[in-house]
Amino acid sequence: MTQHSRDMSRRRLLFGGAAVGAGVLLAGCTSNEKQTPTEAQTKAADGGGNAEPGKQVTIGFSAPAESHGWIAAITNNAKAQAAAYSDVQLKSVEAGADAAAQRAALSTLIAERPDVIVLLPFDGKELNSFGLEAMKAGIPVVNLDRAFPDAKAYRLQIKGDNYGMGVAAATFIVEQLKAKNVSNPVIAEIAGMDELELTQERTQGFNDTLAQNGLKVANRRAARFTIDSGQQETSQLLQALPKIDAIWNHDDDQGIGVLAAINQANRNEFFMVGGAGSKKAMEDIKADNTVLKATVTYSPSMASSAISLARLIGQGRGMSDLVELQVPKEIILASETITKENASDYLKLGF
Amino acid sequence: MSDGPSTTTQLPAQSAPVDPAATEAAGGRAATPGSAGRLSWWHGDGGEGARRNLALIGVLVVLFVIGAATRSDLYSNPDWVWANMLIILKLASVAGVVTVGMTFVIIGGGIDLSVGAIVALAGVWSTTVATQSFGAGGMIFTAIVVGLAVGLVNGTLIAYGRLVPFIATLAMLVAARGLAAEISDKQTQISQNTTINGIASTNLLGIPLLVYILAAVVAAGWVLLNRTTFGRRTVAVGGNPEAARLAGIDVKRHTLMLYGLSGLCCGIAAIMLTAQATSAQAGMANLYELDAIAAVIIGGTLLSGGRGTIIGSLLGVIIFATITNLFAINGLSVEAQNMVKGGIIVAAVLIQQVQFGTLSQFFRRNRLTTG
Repeated sequence: MTQHSRDMSRRRLLFGGAAVGAGVLLAGCTSNEKQTPTEAQTKAADGGGNAEPGKQVTIGFSAPAESHGWIAAITNNAKAQAAAYSDVQLKSVEAGADAAAQRAALSTLIAERPDVIVLLPFDGKELNSFGLEAMKAGIPVVNLDRAFPDAKAYRLQIKGDNYGMGVAAATFIVEQLKAKNVSNPVIAEIAGMDELELTQERTQGFNDTLAQNGLKVANRRAARFTIDSGQQETSQLLQALPKIDAIWNHDDDQGIGVLAAINQANRNEFFMVGGAGSKKAMEDIKADNTVLKATVTYSPSMASSAISLARLIGQGRGMSDLVELQVPKEIILASETITKENASDYLKLGF
Repeated sequence: MSDGPSTTTQLPAQSAPVDPAATEAAGGRAATPGSAGRLSWWHGDGGEGARRNLALIGVLVVLFVIGAATRSDLYSNPDWVWANMLIILKLASVAGVVTVGMTFVIIGGGIDLSVGAIVALAGVWSTTVATQSFGAGGMIFTAIVVGLAVGLVNGTLIAYGRLVPFIATLAMLVAARGLAAEISDKQTQISQNTTINGIASTNLLGIPLLVYILAAVVAAGWVLLNRTTFGRRTVAVGGNPEAARLAGIDVKRHTLMLYGLSGLCCGIAAIMLTAQATSAQAGMANLYELDAIAAVIIGGTLLSGGRGTIIGSLLGVIIFATITNLFAINGLSVEAQNMVKGGIIVAAVLIQQVQFGTLSQFFRRNRLTTG
């Protein structure tokens, strides 16, 4: 009996020691120093009229807490741009997991009465009422990327051009197919989350432009902006279409999974266009050793610009290069096409 | 049962050896040799799982026929059909491994809502820059240990902290995804390890390595459930925990091990998923818990515990993967696919209630109630 219990305690000691050892080892493994840190996209004050320090401005900021490269870049850019100004103080609130959680977080922000609020809503329609409430309370709202339906709900709206992304992607595909003289091309599309308006706008632009050239999408799958959904939907799509000429993938972050699926299926008879403009995608395009030949931008640099403009709004100043005394109400970024030729120029804007 | 004709036909599976450990399990499926003479195996309790699984295979055949009818151009090519079956199995592989763990937890009377989050956490943890510096072995070790450890935390909270499984694993779902987001700084972590990435692109004898991993996990799960004391105890604990305790089973320790097993499966799945996507992020494996639970349920496992089969769960996963594939090859929308998935869950459970052996009885009963 004593022998038995001694054995037991020795076994427990060994087991416990192994568990602690593994725990220490694993804790060390959370270290995540990036070999090449992604630079935040900021605009240095270059001595123009707008660069001169003005009155102190407090900017409230909120963006969804999604684990996605683009969203992470939005938050990083906003923080870095705010830090670049001596007269800006940024109050950032976590937006939680959905529109309701974001609304709750924002109501605490209103109570702190910042001079301006910069907001990337989960869904513009769902947070429209918050925009109205803040504007009514006298706090100008800068809507970042996901539009409010009500024009009274925001002071400034700055967003990417989703429809234009689709147009740019389709235009590139049509040009390439014409240059290769492909008749009856098979075109496939891998979209992002279908319930988001931005996905529908991208697809609309893509389809409209293809239709003008007498083409259409042969098969379309919607992924979830995540790498694993991108991989899964793509492997199914490739199985459905034994031969493809061109693919447009809406999102470069899920594109990592899309490219993985293409490699796993040993397919390379087509070329692919990406979306958003991640650093990885630009490097792949520049290296020219994958099917990814271009990407159409939807740059998270808009967050840096939103902070700059929020500062001007808070100080009551206009943009020094424009004649108007105040910041305009709406800014839509153009979607640019990045190919092998210009990838080096855009690499610094990759996220 | 009462009108069962006293057939004396001997079916092969009846001669399966009775495990000595079975006597220990108080609530185990009591297919004692004595009753074999009166009831055929097929109509008895022992054949119930087989009957359910046959119904699921019927569903798969129907899905195959629909595919062949709607895309006859593709299905006329045998090479394509074979490749497509492998694609479906590959799609089912990750979810299948998670579902094996989930099957044990549910048979044991619990539920694990945190499986998707554990897969994401294990995947993220194993693809940090520091872990990747240890090579493929370090990444696999990390994923498996993280999965197992998180599962054991779940088990400890449930068995010894007396938390309801639903609550404990719901809390873990939130917390594990939070930790994954914290570790990854919400970024996508690309796996630079060619050995790991190769797991998803390697074929052995024309069959993907991922499918072998799934087969190995399913086989291990089947043996564990049907041929070991651990399996008998799982059924006993899920069927009637009090009886199991009185029979001398350490119910708490067994519950702890069940959640550890589920976490272990998640760790294996995390490596498979990371290999497929060549990367990991905190948002991956989203809603896997619901897919796994749905597959377990249509596989014939009782949500209240005490009864279930590994093969049924596997068939459930394959049915879902086949539906996804069917919609993809027909170019139909994901929304429609999700609606059909919901319908299939209900239909599969309904079909199973109308068991083949009691079909005539079913109709007779219905005629009685309506007439």
